[in-house]
Amino acid sequence: MSRPAHRRPEYQKINKDLFVLTYGALVAQLCKDYEKDEDVNKYLDKMGYGIGTRLVEDFLARSCVRRCHSYSEIIDIIAQVAFKMYLGITPSVTCNNSSRNEFSLILDKNPLVEFVEELPPGRSSLCYCNLLCGIIRGALEMVHLAADVTFLQDRLKGDSVTEIGITFLKKLDEKKYRRKK
Amino acid sequence: MADAVLFEFLHTEMVAELWAQDPDPDPGPGGQKMSLSVLEGMGFRVGQAMAERLPRETLAFREELDVLKFLCKDLWVAVFQKQMDSLRTNHQGTYVLQDNSFPLLIRMSSGLQYLEEAPKFLAFTCGILRGALSTLGIKSLVTASVAALPACEYFLEGGLLPFLSVVGAGELPFPFSRGPRH
Repeated sequence: MSRPAHRRPEYQKINKDLFVLTYGALVAQLCKDYEKDEDVNKYLDKMGYGIGTRLVEDFLARSCVRRCHSYSEIIDIIAQVAFKMYLGITPSVTCNNSSRNEFSLILDKNPLVEFVEELPPGRSSLCYCNLLCGIIRGALEMVHLAADVTFLQDRLKGDSVTEIGITFLKKLDEKKYRRKK
Repeated sequence: MADAVLFEFLHTEMVAELWAQDPDPDPGPGGQKMSLSVLEGMGFRVGQAMAERLPRETLAFREELDVLKFLCKDLWVAVFQKQMDSLRTNHQGTYVLQDNSFPLLIRMSSGLQYLEEAPKFLAFTCGILRGALSTLGIKSLVTASVAALPACEYFLEGGLLPFLSVVGAGELPFPFSRGPRH
């Protein structure tokens, strides 16, 4: 007994929903376990870090990106390739300072909050998507780049956009790349 | 599909962290139960929501068998991109769903080496099944067991009795597995 073909698109969407719903259940559970928003945020970041350290291998295997020579190239790849591949969105990129090590990703759409209308009462400093910050941080560290990744603005907190700030902490060592060539 | 990978990674991280978080370091049955029930509860919420999002006509089940087919084919494909491999019943309200290569166990080495760890990876999925059944108005008990990785079995008990339909003795007639059946 086979299913008619027209059912397929619905099931693909459900598959996307699985991650979003699981993430929501996780945040709800963490809110039950921890009273302070900072603790939940830290925990989400820590879990994201663990995921990021492994996700980066999956990403590199799927994407065949070429070696980057600047921070802005790396940020472009995160926004245009990685986000697109895993979340189906392409955040826009801005560079925040002249030394070109501080960047922002502006998320116009955010699939993670698809079922979230507003933060729960009493949870006004919860960074709902903090897992993303940890993932980016963990992934970058696996390619030997230290970075600070935080939410600068969050639509769920009333800001007009959702903005992730990425600050690279160490300069890329040029010599490392010449050697590898 | 990349989305499936995200869920797998998140699930693995959840299992690792919820275990580490257990305040009772004693690996006795009490400590284990708490973490397993937390994971199962989260799966329950997800299963409920996922079953709610399915097209309306899928939920008009006339027979108990339709419900099981839904779980084994539609739900399993939606969650794990594959169908359940076989379905057995004792015709007294207990069903056994068998998956011979469960995606959440497949990354671990096959056989018996990680048998002790395996239940942690099944708790969330048991919750998904229980949650989906709950959306369909069926209260059931879902447990799982692993004989050898990556094959596992899910046991559904209770709640399905009102639907009991007359089926011949032995294996159910609908083919779930593509290969030869035991």
